[in-house]
Amino acid sequence: MKAVGVIFSNIHEKEIKELTANRTLASVPFGGRFRLIDFVLSNMVNSGITKVGIITKENYQSLMDHVGSGRHWDLSRKNGGLILLPPYGESGTMLYQSRFEAISNIEQFLRRSEEDFVVMSDCDNVCNMDFTPVLKYHVRQNADITALYRTKMVDGRKMRTLFELDADSRVAKVINSEKTYGEQSLFTNILVAGRKFLLSIIDNAAARGFKSFSKDILTRTGEFRIFGYPLNGYFANIDDISSYYNVSMELLSKEHRDSLFFQNGMHIYTKVRDSAPLKVEQGGSVSNSLIADGCIIEGEVKNSILFRGVRVAKGASVTNSILFQDSSVGAFSRLNCVIADKQAVILEKRTLSGHETHPYFIAKNTVI
Amino acid sequence: MKKKRCIAMLLAGGQGTRLYALTSMVAKPAVSFGSKYRIIDFPLSNCTYSNIDTVGVLTQYQPLILNEYIGTGEPWDLDRTYGGVHTLPPYQAKSGGEWYKGTANAIYQNLHFLHAYDSEHVLILSGDHIYKMDYSAMITEHEHNNADCTIAVIDVPKEEANRFGIMDYDADKRVTSFEEKPKKPKSNHASMGVYVFKKDVLVRELEADERDPASAKDFGKNIIPNMLKSGMRLFAHEFSGYWKDVGTVTSLWEANMDLLGENPPVNLSDPNFKVYSRNRPLPPCFIDGGGSAENSLLTAGCEIYGKVVNSILSEGVYVGKGSVIENSIIMRGTRIGNHVSVKFGIIDEYVSVEDKVKIGDAKSNKDNIALIGRGITVKKGGLIAAGEIVEEGR
Repeated sequence: MKAVGVIFSNIHEKEIKELTANRTLASVPFGGRFRLIDFVLSNMVNSGITKVGIITKENYQSLMDHVGSGRHWDLSRKNGGLILLPPYGESGTMLYQSRFEAISNIEQFLRRSEEDFVVMSDCDNVCNMDFTPVLKYHVRQNADITALYRTKMVDGRKMRTLFELDADSRVAKVINSEKTYGEQSLFTNILVAGRKFLLSIIDNAAARGFKSFSKDILTRTGEFRIFGYPLNGYFANIDDISSYYNVSMELLSKEHRDSLFFQNGMHIYTKVRDSAPLKVEQGGSVSNSLIADGCIIEGEVKNSILFRGVRVAKGASVTNSILFQDSSVGAFSRLNCVIADKQAVILEKRTLSGHETHPYFIAKNTVI
Repeated sequence: MKKKRCIAMLLAGGQGTRLYALTSMVAKPAVSFGSKYRIIDFPLSNCTYSNIDTVGVLTQYQPLILNEYIGTGEPWDLDRTYGGVHTLPPYQAKSGGEWYKGTANAIYQNLHFLHAYDSEHVLILSGDHIYKMDYSAMITEHEHNNADCTIAVIDVPKEEANRFGIMDYDADKRVTSFEEKPKKPKSNHASMGVYVFKKDVLVRELEADERDPASAKDFGKNIIPNMLKSGMRLFAHEFSGYWKDVGTVTSLWEANMDLLGENPPVNLSDPNFKVYSRNRPLPPCFIDGGGSAENSLLTAGCEIYGKVVNSILSEGVYVGKGSVIENSIIMRGTRIGNHVSVKFGIIDEYVSVEDKVKIGDAKSNKDNIALIGRGITVKKGGLIAAGEIVEEGR
């Protein structure tokens, strides 16, 4: 029951443009030391998948820098391992716009793979899960596609893909709509499909006019055997800056941390940076916060998440904020509800404040 | 293959008996240090910094954890196609086999390793010191002096000189005398146990020493004095940075505490000279609303619900509600329950301290450290006095 993993690294970037100005969504920092892609990548590795293709489109330098040869995820292998799949350029071709076009673009990768199954996921799903039972379920149901869903209250603000399942968990109806309310079975953009099945779809795409995965493939519930698989446990999906802020802050709850980082002994792997330990100096204070290695805290930090190498000077106060790698807060500055991107420098005696629903964002390398 | 300029041999087989419970199950170089490190990270990272890409680590005593820790050498960039880090335990050969009988004998038994790389020079290191040093400067000096052997030297307080190999040298830094642990030291120039030898000279000296039945097979006691006696070119390389032996409970505690405060003598945050280590991919340190940390080092995976003051905590340490950790070192994976007090204590890895335990005393000092050995469970309400040592089977 071997599977190959495929990750989409550029999906949804328009909606979270602040954080993706210089990077793919996949390499957006999360949780004090991780990048978003670490979660799905680790999930695949923890599920015994040893070959993972990452589909990239643009801005993927930071992603390449982060994943490198894949060795931090044990994906530096003689056979398989981590494979970056940049756009396959022919003059005159457009960069792909949809998930379906992206898959068509990696047809050769899929054709050359030997695994029977393909596990596909977006890169912004923050969870800790094992795909092994999903693959078993997929085989048992003799499914063409097994789509993972979670049950969630929705408020109709966004375009979503929802499932109606029959008594056997087969997807009976797929609704792509912005106007849905109440408790729904929401597609997570994680699915398992037979590799040969996927190739047959790609082969027939032109003849049958397939353009979108959710609109043209998933909706054919009668023609294809599509099953739903419920996702339990901690799951967060990042689709805009305020959800990024809220989902990050949820990590201050032990329950969420345990569920995300310590589920069944499955670790989330990331690139090691060899920072010094976290140092809280005399007179510094930290409360209800996640603080990464390499930080030096001389001031006060409360309800915040600090990435590696952040410095908070004497007399400074940081509350309800998220500060990325190597940013610094000068003496007697006060930050509240701020997201500061990498290497942002806040000089002395500055006061910056956002609101929980609209965190104040400071771009990479900005000096305030 | 191109001849290498210098390879390193790191002596990591010592038992470290004066660390008591801390080394009952692990070799001294593998003892936790400074929150996210082990002692051996320092010499290995020095090698990385000094562009030495081939390191033989001589292990003997309790090698399991040390071997696992070194692994392929990837954390120190020592996973190399030609070279890299290799652990060298004693082995059985056609003519028999035996344990390493001394520092010199350990290298002698691995002459085949030296021959395999056939470098110009060999750097001898030990795994019991905390220091950051650029060995390449020393090797350059060694080449410049056309020395047979260059010994790294640091000036120590006069009253401590009798614990070291003490030497004298002239204005050209040529060594004129060398005495291992002298009763009446003639100077305070102490050997750091860091030597660079010409490879051919080292091989010859080791072979000669091996034939001498009276020899203790030790660099400080035999090899160096014999070379001096036969008029060979021995030079001193002066080192003035931080260098600390962590062979006793007191010195281990002191060296850890030296990392606290502003501008500590060992800079762990220098981006140009990092100290590398192997760490688990844990989430960042969490300090709860009811917890606090001051003048302390903490690292990934720590969960702090109590109060931590003047202390060093390693990865994955949990401190429960109402507990107070003061002037103490807590090593990786240890769990401290609720309402526990730890003062002037060193608690080894994977210890479980249940609720309402009292370890050590606030009025204690560095010479009376309470020590809890690896994997011990301290039962609820337990009392461990200042200076007490708790270990398996005692």
